[in-house]
Amino acid sequence: MSVIYLLITVSIFVAIGFFIAFVIAVKSGQYDDDYTPSVRMLFDDETKFTSQNNESKTEEKQV
Amino acid sequence: MSAQNCFHCGLAIDENEEIHFDEKLFCCAGCKTVYEIFSSHDLTSYYDFQKSPGATPQDIKGKYDFLENEAILSKILEFQEGDTAIVSLNIPHIHCSSCIWILENLNRIQPGISISQVNFPEKKVRITYNSNIVSLKTIVYTLSSIGYEPYISLENYETGKSNIDRSLTYKLGVAFFCFGNIMLLSFPEYFEIKEFWLDNYKPFFRGLIFILALPSFLYSASGYYVSAYKSIKSGMLNIDIPIALGLIVMFIRSTYDIFMNYGSGFFDSLASLVFFMLLGKMFQIKTYSFLSFERDFKSYFPIAVTRINSDLSEESLPIYDVEKGNRLLIRNQELIPVDGILISESAEIDYSFVTGEAVPITKKSGDKIFAGGKQIGKIIEMEVLHSVSQSYLTQLWSNDIFQKNVDQKHKTITDAISRYFTPILLLIAFGGFGYWIFIDANTAFNVFTAVLIVACPCALALTAPFTFGNILRILGKQKLYLKNALVIEQLAKVNTIVFDKTGTITTNKKSNIAYEGKAISDEDFIFIKNTLRASNHPLSRMLYDFLPEEKKIKIDDFQEITGKGILASIGNKKIKIGSAKFVESAVTDALEIKRTSLHIEIDSLYYGKFVFENQYREGLEKLFATLNTDYQIKVLSGDNDGEKDHLEALLPKNIELIFNQKPEQKLDFIKKLQEKGQNVMMVGDGLNDAGALAQSNVGISISENVNVFSPACDVILDASQFSRLSYFLKLSRKAIFIIKMSFALSLLYNVIGLAFAVTGNLLPLVAAIIMPLSTITIVSFVTFMSNYFSNRKLNS
Repeated sequence: MSVIYLLITVSIFVAIGFFIAFVIAVKSGQYDDDYTPSVRMLFDDETKFTSQNNESKTEEKQV
Repeated sequence: MSAQNCFHCGLAIDENEEIHFDEKLFCCAGCKTVYEIFSSHDLTSYYDFQKSPGATPQDIKGKYDFLENEAILSKILEFQEGDTAIVSLNIPHIHCSSCIWILENLNRIQPGISISQVNFPEKKVRITYNSNIVSLKTIVYTLSSIGYEPYISLENYETGKSNIDRSLTYKLGVAFFCFGNIMLLSFPEYFEIKEFWLDNYKPFFRGLIFILALPSFLYSASGYYVSAYKSIKSGMLNIDIPIALGLIVMFIRSTYDIFMNYGSGFFDSLASLVFFMLLGKMFQIKTYSFLSFERDFKSYFPIAVTRINSDLSEESLPIYDVEKGNRLLIRNQELIPVDGILISESAEIDYSFVTGEAVPITKKSGDKIFAGGKQIGKIIEMEVLHSVSQSYLTQLWSNDIFQKNVDQKHKTITDAISRYFTPILLLIAFGGFGYWIFIDANTAFNVFTAVLIVACPCALALTAPFTFGNILRILGKQKLYLKNALVIEQLAKVNTIVFDKTGTITTNKKSNIAYEGKAISDEDFIFIKNTLRASNHPLSRMLYDFLPEEKKIKIDDFQEITGKGILASIGNKKIKIGSAKFVESAVTDALEIKRTSLHIEIDSLYYGKFVFENQYREGLEKLFATLNTDYQIKVLSGDNDGEKDHLEALLPKNIELIFNQKPEQKLDFIKKLQEKGQNVMMVGDGLNDAGALAQSNVGISISENVNVFSPACDVILDASQFSRLSYFLKLSRKAIFIIKMSFALSLLYNVIGLAFAVTGNLLPLVAAIIMPLSTITIVSFVTFMSNYFSNRKLNS
C-alpha cells in the first residue's frame, strides 16, 4: 500500500513542474502580448521569393 | 481590384495625379517610393496580408535632429551597452498583420538592425540594433520612409524601462495550483467511508493539504490582508475585512482541526475561495493597452526643440532646458512647446489639440503665441516668454487635482454594503458564541468560527467584479473605453452633464462651409477653385476640398499675401480671395468678425463670402433631448459667443450655455457644481478640458481616432458613438441594478450557510459545496443579466 506515497509524491512533483513552467512563461513576458504571436506564427510560409534572391531565405530563418 | 484606389495606401486616386508603376496604380510619389523600397528588398508580401495597408510617408526633414543629441538619446533608449542598443518606439500606424510583418522584417531594409519585435496591442515595436552600424535617427528615418513614423514625445523622456506588474498573474497561478491539488487530495475525505487504508493514510493526506494551503493563504491572499488592514486604519469598513477575517479564521480552525485530529478542516474551501476571488479580480481588469488614460501635456509635447544660438547656429535642445529669451525654430507640423512671441512675419497655428477648433489661427509678427499650438506651413521663429512649466497651458497641471490619488476619490457600492455587513456578521458570530457557551464550550467555539467561515462574503465580493467586468467588455465592443470598472458606478451616479463645445459637440473632421452672397457663374466658379488650388493656406485647402471637382485651368498670375489672402488673374480677369480687411469691398458688421470666412471679389466686384461654420455631430439634437429629461445639461465653451443663437435654436431651451471659458475656469465651474452636491460628468476633447475632466466625477474624452490622442480622463469614447451616450448611461444604471439583485441572491446563500453554522452543523463537506455553488450561480446570473440588458437596449 505504500505505493500511494510514491504516486502522490510523483503527482505533486509533476504538478510543481508545470507550475514552474508557468512562472517562467509569465516572467519571460509571454502573457504581456497575447495577440501578436498568433499573427506572427502565420508568416514564415507566405514570404514570396524572387528566383534571383535565394539567400534571403536563410535570413528569414534567423528572424 | 478597384482601379481607383492607391495600391499602397488605399486612398482614392485623383485622376490627374495617378502614377503607374510596375503595373500598379499609386496616388502619389510618396506611396510609389514605399512600394519601390519594398519591392527592391523582396518585401512585397506586405501587400498580401491586407489590401492597401500602407500610409503615405510624411516629410520629416529636420524633425528628428534631436536624436543625435547623446543626452536625449540616452533617455529614450531602453538599453545600451557596448554597441548594442534597444529602443521601444510607439508607432500609431500599426493596425494590421501586414504592419507586423513588415516591421519584423526591418532588418532586410535597414542593415544594423538585428531584431525587431512588434507588440500589436500596444502599437509598439522593440528594435535591437548595432549602434556602430546604424543610428537611432537613421532607423527613425527608415521607418518614416516606409510610412511608419514613430511617435516620440516628452513622455518617452522619462520612461526607459517600464515595469509591468505581473503579481496578480502569479498569485492566480499559485492559487490555482493549490486549489487543484487540494481538491484532489480532499476527495477521499468527502466520501468518508470507514476503510482501513483510508484511516491509515489520513495524516499523510491532511499534512499534504496543509502544506499546499500555505502558499495560497500566505501569498495569493496577501492582498486582502493588506487592504483590510488599511481600511481598519482609515476607519472605513470595506469588503476586504470580512474576507480577510474569514480566511484567517478558516485557516486557524482548519489547522487546529487537523493537528488535533478533529476533522479534515476547511482548506479545500479556503483554496477555492482565494482562487475564485482572484479570478474575479483578473476578470475585472480589462486593459486597453493601446489607449492611455493618464496622458498629460507630456504626451503631446516634443522631446526637444531647435534653438537658434546668437551666432545663428542651430542646436537641438531638450525641452526642459528651454529658457526665457531663447529663440526657437518651429517647423511645419511641429508643436509650439512654450509661450512666446512670434518673430517671423506670420504663422498659421492649429490649436486643435488644445481647443478642438479645426480652423487654424493666423498670427502676425509680434503676436503672442501659446504653447500647444501646431505650426502649419513654413518654418517660423519665435522668442520664448515662459519656460515649459510656466506656460499658459502647462500651468494647468500644477493644480491640486492632478496630484490627488484618484483611487481614494470614490466609495464603491460593495464597500457601502459591507459597512452594514461586517458589524451584523460579528454580531451573529458573537451571538451564536454567547448562546452556545452555556451549553457546550466546544460547540461554541465551533459555531463562532463556522459563522465567520461561511459568511465570508465570497459571492458578495464577486458580484461587482464580474458584473462590471462584463459591462466593461460590452462597452468596449461598442467603442466606449473605460479606464477601470469603478467608472461604471460613477457613470450611474451622474446627474449633471457638462459638454465642451468645440471638438466635442462639433466635429473637427470637416467644417461646414456655407456661401453667402451673390450667385457665382460657372465660369467664375472654376476660376475660384483653381485659384484655391495653388494656395497652401489651410483655409484655402479646406475650401478647395469642400468645393466640387472642376476642370483644371491655367492661372496666369498668382500672388499669396501672407496673413491676408490671394491675388490671381486669368487673362484680364482678376480675383481676390481673403480676409475682410484684404477684400476691401467686403460688407461686414460687428458680429461678422467673430466668424471665420473667406471673401471673394472678382474684377473689383464684391460677390460674397464662404463662411466656415462648426459642423455639429450627428444625432446631437436627439441626444440632448433624451438626456434633458434625466440630467442637467450645460455647455461650456472656450470660444466667443459667435454661435450662441445657432446653438440656442438647436438645443433644448433650458440648457445653460457659457462662453469664453479659460481652462482653469472650466475646472472651477465643475468644482462649484460639485460643491452644490452634483455628480458631474464632463465631456470634452482637447487639452484645455484636461482640468475639467480631472475634476469631474467622470471625465469622458471624445476622440476622432482613439489610437491617437486624448487628455487624461476616465473614459474614452469613439466620436462615431457620440449619439449613443444616453444608452451608455442607461446601461451603467442597469449594471448597478444587476449588482443589487445579485447582492440579494448572495445574501440568501449567506443566510442558508449561517443556518448551518449557528446550529453547529457546518461540516467541511457542506462548506465545500455551498461556497463554489454560490460563486458559480452568482457569476452566471450577473453575466446573463448584463448581456440581456445590453442586448435589449440595442434592439429598442
